[in-house]
Amino acid sequence: MPEDTGLRTLPSPRRLPAWAGKLLWPVLALALLLAFNAVATPNFFNLEIRDGHLYGSLIDILNHGAKVMILALGMTLVIATGGVDLSVGAVMAIAGALAAMVIHVHAWPFAAGLALVLGVCLLAGAWNGMLVAVFRVQPIVATLILMVAGRGVAQLLTDGKIITFTDPANPALIFLGNGHLLGLPFPVAIVAVMLALTVLLTRRTALGLFIESVGDNETASHFSGVQARSVKFMVYVFSAFCAGVAGLIAASNIKAADSNNAGLYLELDAILAVVIGGTALTGGRFYLVGAVIGALLIQTLTTTIFMRDVSAHIIPLPKALVIVIVCLLQSPAFRRKIMAPFVRRAA
Amino acid sequence: MSKRIGEIVLVAGLLAAGMMLASCDKGQPKDGAGKKKIVVGFSQIGAESDWRKANTESIKAEAAKRGIELKFADAQQKQENQIQALRSFIQMKVDVIAFSPVVETGWEPVLREIKKAGIPVILSDRAVDVSDDSLFKTFIGADFVEEGRRAGRWLVKKTGGKAKIAELQGTPGSAPAIDRKKGFEEILKDHPDMKIIKSQTGDFTRAKGKEVFESFLKSPEGKEINVLYAHNDDMALGAIQAIEEAGKKPGKDILIVSIDGVRGAFEAMVAGKLNCSVECNPLLGPQMFDLVEKIVAGQEIPKRVVVEEGVFDESQAKEALPTRKY
Repeated sequence: MPEDTGLRTLPSPRRLPAWAGKLLWPVLALALLLAFNAVATPNFFNLEIRDGHLYGSLIDILNHGAKVMILALGMTLVIATGGVDLSVGAVMAIAGALAAMVIHVHAWPFAAGLALVLGVCLLAGAWNGMLVAVFRVQPIVATLILMVAGRGVAQLLTDGKIITFTDPANPALIFLGNGHLLGLPFPVAIVAVMLALTVLLTRRTALGLFIESVGDNETASHFSGVQARSVKFMVYVFSAFCAGVAGLIAASNIKAADSNNAGLYLELDAILAVVIGGTALTGGRFYLVGAVIGALLIQTLTTTIFMRDVSAHIIPLPKALVIVIVCLLQSPAFRRKIMAPFVRRAA
Repeated sequence: MSKRIGEIVLVAGLLAAGMMLASCDKGQPKDGAGKKKIVVGFSQIGAESDWRKANTESIKAEAAKRGIELKFADAQQKQENQIQALRSFIQMKVDVIAFSPVVETGWEPVLREIKKAGIPVILSDRAVDVSDDSLFKTFIGADFVEEGRRAGRWLVKKTGGKAKIAELQGTPGSAPAIDRKKGFEEILKDHPDMKIIKSQTGDFTRAKGKEVFESFLKSPEGKEINVLYAHNDDMALGAIQAIEEAGKKPGKDILIVSIDGVRGAFEAMVAGKLNCSVECNPLLGPQMFDLVEKIVAGQEIPKRVVVEEGVFDESQAKEALPTRKY
C-alpha cells in the first residue's frame, strides 16, 4: 500500500517477506550445487528422450527425491506444531508390505488395496496423534514407539521376506513408482499434486494459521478458541498419510516390499529437509516449499556423490559439510556474527 | 465418562498384551528317559534378512531332527541382549553355547565367564576379535574372501580376462563388504585387462543398488560398463531394473555376477537376467551340530570350519531353483 497509514506495522519496502528470506538460502545452496555440477561433473546435465520420456540425472533426482519430498510435507506440519514424527520410515515399510501382500499376493483390486493401505496408515497416524494430543506423551517418545514397532509389524506382514512383484497381476502397482506422466516420472506428479493441495489447504484456509499458533503457544491458542488438540491430532494423521504414499512409491520403484530396509532412516532426511527449508524445530512458522527444496538439495547431493565417484567410506562427510553450511546460513545469529565486521551499526 | 472408559479399555489391553508376552517362553521339556539329552544355547543376531531367517531355521530344524534341546535367543541386533542371553545360558548350565556375534569386539568378559563355567563355545557365521584364542572352541562360517575370489574366477573364465567392471559394494566397514572386495581384487591382479571402472556402496539393499547403478549408467564411463559385480544378490536385483530402464539387456549387454545365492537370484538366472551367483550358505545347522556332538563326545575338532558352498550359473539355475530354501 503506497499511502501512509500512520502505523509502522508494514515491513519496509526493501526487506523481503519472511518466506522469501527463508527460501533464499536453500535455493541458493541448490543453485550453487547445480552450478558446480554443470562445470565439474560430466554428463550431469545430459537429458535425452528414451521410450518417450525424459532420461538423465536431473530426472533421477526428482524421481528418487520424491519420497523425502512427500515425507517432508507431513513432517513440516508436525514440526510446526512443535512436535516431530519419527515413525514415518516404519509407516513406509508397513505401507509397502501391506500393498505387496494384498494387491500382489492376494490379488485384490488395486483401488481396494490402495484404500486399505492408506486407511491403515491413517490409523497409524491416529495412534501417534492420540498419544501426543490426548495422552500428552512427548512427540519424540510417542512416535518412537511406532518407529520401533512398525518395522516389526511390516516384517510380520511379509513373514520377514522380501516380496517381489516384478510381474504383478496388477500393473497399476508398478506404475506408481515406475510410470511416466508428460515425460516425467509419475512420483513427480504425485509430489506436485500433494504440494499444491497442502499449500492450498494451509494457506487458503485458516488451518495454517491454527497450526502455527499451536506451535507458537498452545495455551494461548487454546484460549483464543483454537482446538489445539484436534490440530495436533490431525497433523500426525496427515504425516502418516504422506508416509503411506511415500512407502507405496518406494516399494513400487524397486518392484518389491523390503520391510527391513524400506524407508530406513528416511525420517531423519525428512526432518533435515524441513529444517533446511527454514522451519524451526521449536514450532511456529512453517515453509512447505522450503522443505521440498530441502529434500531436493539432499537428493541432489546424493546423486552428485554417486556421479563423482566419491569413495564409499567418506560419503557422509561431503553431505554433512554442505548441510552444516546451509543450516548455519539459516541461523540469523550466525549471519549477524559473520557480518558484524562489515556492517556499520545504525545510529 | 466415555473418555474414562476409553482409558480403562486401553490399560486393560496393554496388560493383556503384556501377560501374553510373559506367558510365552515357558515350559521346559524334560529329558527323555535313559540317555541324557544334549542342551545347546544358541544366541542369534536377529531376523534382519531372508538369509538370516534361513540360517535360524536350519539350526532349529537340525536340533529337532537330532533330538538336541535348543535354547534359542534372538538378540534383535543388539550386543547387550546377546550378552544377557549368554549369561542366562551359563545359569541354565547348557552343554554347549553357540552364537552369531552382532559385532566383533567386546566379548572378552562374557567369554571368560563362560570359560570359567567350563562350557565350550562355537562361533557361528561371524568371528569375534579376542586376544585369547582359547575363549572359543571353533568358528564355523563362510569365507567371505573366498566368495569374492570365486566370483572373480568365474568372471575370468566367462570373459577371457577382459572386462570393464562396475562394482556395487556392501555396507562400508562390514566384514562381507571388505572381504568380498578383497577376494575379488586378488583375482583381478593377475588380469590387467579386467578393470573396476566404477565402484560405490549400495548398502546391500535393492533400492540403493538400483539408484547407484542408474547413476553409473549416466556417468561418462557408463557406456563402457560390460560387467556388474555386486556384493550381494539384492543389489544386483535392483541394478537389473536400472539396466532394463536404460534400454539395455541385463545378463547380455552387461554380465552380472553377485554373491549369496538367494531365491530371487535363482529366479533372475532362470529368466536370463543374472549370470552367476556365488553361494553363501546359511544352512549350517547340520555342520554345526556335527561339531556339537563331537565336542560333547570329547573328540578333537578344527579351530576353523568353512561352510560347504557352491557357485551357480544360468545353466544350473533351473535345476537348483526348486531346492532353494531361502
